Amino acid sequence: MSERTYRPEGIADDFTTGAPTSTADAVPGAAGQPPSAPRAPQLGWRGMLRWTWRQLTSMRVALMLLMLLAVAALPGSILPQRDQDPSAVVEYLGEHPTAGEWLDRFGFFDVYTSVWFSAIYLLLLVSLVGCIVPRTIAHARALRARPPRTPVRFERFPVHVTGTTAESPDEVAAAAAAHLRGRWRRMPTFRVEAGAEDARPARGKVPARPATRTVAAERGYLRETGNLLFHLALVGLVISVAVGQLLHYRGQAIITEDRGFANAVVDYDTFESGAWFSPESLVPFAMTLDAFESEFATDTVAFAQSRDFTAEVTVHEPDGSSRAETIKVNHPLDVDGAKIYLQGNGYAPEISVTDAEGATAFDGRVPFLPEDQVYTSRGVVKVPDVSPGLDQIGLIGYFLPTAVLNDDGTAESVFPLPEDPLLVLEVYRGDLGLDEGVPQNVYRLDTANLTASVDDDGERVTLLLEPGDTVELPDGLGTVTLGEDVPRFVALDLRHDPSLAWVLSFALLALLGLTGSLFLPRRRVWVRSWTSDGVTQVEVAGLARGDDAGLEPEVDRLLTALPGLERARPTRTSEED
Amino acid sequence: MEIGDLSDLLVWAAATTLALAMIAFAIDLGRRTDERLEARTETRAAIGAGVGAPEAGSASGGGSVPAESSAPPRRAAGIGMSTSWLGTILLGVAILLRGVAAGRTPWANMYEFTLVGSFVAMTVFLVWNLRRDVRFLGAFVTGLVTLFIVVGLNSFHVAATGVQPALQNYWLVIHVGVAIAATGIFTIAFVLSALQLLRDARDTGSPFLTRPGFRWLDRMPTPTSLESMSFRLNAVGFVMWTFTIIGGAIWAEDAWGRYWGWDPKEVWSFIIWVVYAAYLHARTTRGWSGRRAAWFVVVGYACVLFNFTGVNLIFNGKHSYSGIS
Ligand code: HEM
Repeated sequence: MSERTYRPEGIADDFTTGAPTSTADAVPGAAGQPPSAPRAPQLGWRGMLRWTWRQLTSMRVALMLLMLLAVAALPGSILPQRDQDPSAVVEYLGEHPTAGEWLDRFGFFDVYTSVWFSAIYLLLLVSLVGCIVPRTIAHARALRARPPRTPVRFERFPVHVTGTTAESPDEVAAAAAAHLRGRWRRMPTFRVEAGAEDARPARGKVPARPATRTVAAERGYLRETGNLLFHLALVGLVISVAVGQLLHYRGQAIITEDRGFANAVVDYDTFESGAWFSPESLVPFAMTLDAFESEFATDTVAFAQSRDFTAEVTVHEPDGSSRAETIKVNHPLDVDGAKIYLQGNGYAPEISVTDAEGATAFDGRVPFLPEDQVYTSRGVVKVPDVSPGLDQIGLIGYFLPTAVLNDDGTAESVFPLPEDPLLVLEVYRGDLGLDEGVPQNVYRLDTANLTASVDDDGERVTLLLEPGDTVELPDGLGTVTLGEDVPRFVALDLRHDPSLAWVLSFALLALLGLTGSLFLPRRRVWVRSWTSDGVTQVEVAGLARGDDAGLEPEVDRLLTALPGLERARPTRTSEED
Repeated sequence: MEIGDLSDLLVWAAATTLALAMIAFAIDLGRRTDERLEARTETRAAIGAGVGAPEAGSASGGGSVPAESSAPPRRAAGIGMSTSWLGTILLGVAILLRGVAAGRTPWANMYEFTLVGSFVAMTVFLVWNLRRDVRFLGAFVTGLVTLFIVVGLNSFHVAATGVQPALQNYWLVIHVGVAIAATGIFTIAFVLSALQLLRDARDTGSPFLTRPGFRWLDRMPTPTSLESMSFRLNAVGFVMWTFTIIGGAIWAEDAWGRYWGWDPKEVWSFIIWVVYAAYLHARTTRGWSGRRAAWFVVVGYACVLFNFTGVNLIFNGKHSYSGIS
């Protein structure tokens, strides 16, 4: 990089390409090279490469890629996504076989990990780095450089004022410099350079002028710093998100009251982790659920809406110590860098089944998953371990925490708390298919090869159990008992992502940089003063980066600081767009 | 009468008042048309006489807005302003009462979001007007806000009540509060950019917009000055939106166990952010500033509206807290 100022191809920037460049005696390079239109590729592959690189890091391409990114993000909100809702994808594929297959082939159900989405943001990042690195170098140089020297003509600047005063040019320059530097020596408002010009003859449209005093001043280097910080922080953000993806793990476990689980891959119901994850990184703590409490609204407006969930747990650390903790929605528990979230809850009634020979074939807590606001909860009991020669038993049913019986014999839940619990079961017998080694969903019973129990009229038999009840299973299959207490279960989600602090830091840095880049003013002010016909002439010009309503007030403040100034005519030249 | 009902009543009163304000502003625009046309020809003559601003009758031209001093007092606009203040105060009280009735921050569902967003838009307009005459915006801002409130009352209204555990968090106040404020600011910026595009099209001889019915456009500030006003608001809105997304991610990390999951609301917030980022880029890209950049504001604002309505009502994401079933 030989030039001192770097500007991405295609930037429209009056501050560096505007008036100063077109004046003869501006410091060469301080205002950047002349605006360069997209040039045709030079001959040879080197030239071709350079041209491609320049295009890729141009403002225009960055803009195109940003637009593409917005459009590419769209389908993921319309079509179901595997990451969020895999079953919805399966359903969609079932409903739209042909279109679905094609959409799937092009990654429309995994938009945010698809080749095309990744290609867009990776290109954007490359463009960003290619643009930001040279800009950072150039800016680091500019930070040490002096303000750009006073241009010959002031007429072209957006703010341009002339006037006269009785004081000498030296005094004008000294007052202007003092005012622009501001009160604090160590943190001057403007970086100021006072200078002098020799007398000069007329040249072109510029009339002859005697020797002058000049002041050149610039403020707002932090604006560009903020802009660079913002763009660099975006790169940091994307990198830390990616690292987090590679290192994270996430497991889900359902535990019931007074029971627990250990932080080990095998103890989770589902477990998922990034490519760089190693199981040794799991801290082997254990946890028990001591109690779970929930509250629901009882007012008529929001009847049965949830109001509070609290899980009381005990954490057992590997060193043998243990402590009591609570987990609430919005308040995950932090254990050794892993966060434990309360993601769901429900009832896990204790059910036991005795088979036709009087042997206990099943005894355990069965989580019933709530399906609505009043916790109408669905669950299945699979009883494969019956005495030899007997049919296996499957039970499907609903747990209703506060049940009412309707006139037609059906039951429904009216409130989520267990005020009047009822278990409603249908009974199946046959081969549950568990011996074939195919993993099964514990919350589904495949009834295709099973026989449903029916009564004499051919109607399905439904068993109704209140806590403590034992009832006969139909067809002499045995009995089923519902335990006296109904334990609660909680679904816990445990997640560890070591990149979180980095992600947050970069996001906040980006916000900080953006704020600086948008709201810190970047301005240049020049003053020239000379004596002609015994009167001191003063000329002031101002230029700002971007839209800056404060430029004129800034110049006005300077003018009032100049001793005895009589203002001639303020002009605000219009900016062309 | 319950406090919640009183709040609803006040919202209706606010909508009515703001509708009146809109009518007053519209009358003002209609009146002012004829005045400004004369003023304009006078300035033209003055320029011709050699003041020297490069106005040359085109879309550009920043400064030379005709002096307001000679214009007669604008009574209709004055009535518009006072009714706007009244309507905004009524709306503010209605929002407060809503919070009292529900016993929480009054921005937790679509209806409340609509009210507070409208309130912010009106406040930005009114406060801005204290520093600079932006009464030309009055008809459009009050019109949009009245529309929002009436749609809110008719389609989004739910009774005031508490919120579920996932929403019981100070982030509800911060994240949602800033999102609503940003929306309110984007609304005004959108009006400015839309006016910029219309005025620009009229100035460059669009056959439709050069009809006499659009003469009121001549009384708008120049496209350049509309663009810079719009930019200033969009810059503030964009920073707030950035904060909204960061805050949302922090909250999601606690409430949903991940900071980002491409939930429909997250997708659209991201799209909005990218569109406004593209807008800021376009402004500084050669060949894309001015009219083209203004289109980004229009698209961005359309996304904001869709994020609020469409995403809540059509898609089934984690953000379906509208309370409408
Ligand atoms: C991830 C992609 C990007 C995003 C989200 C982004 C976002 C932004 C935003 C919001 C601004 C406004 C700040 C301001 O106006 O001062 C900005 C400014 C800027 N961006 Fe980017 N940008 C991206 C990529 C790029 C790339 C690839 C380039 C280089 C070609 C670039 C060059 C610039 C420049 C030069 C400015 C300053 C414009 C000015 O104010 O004059 N950006 N960017």
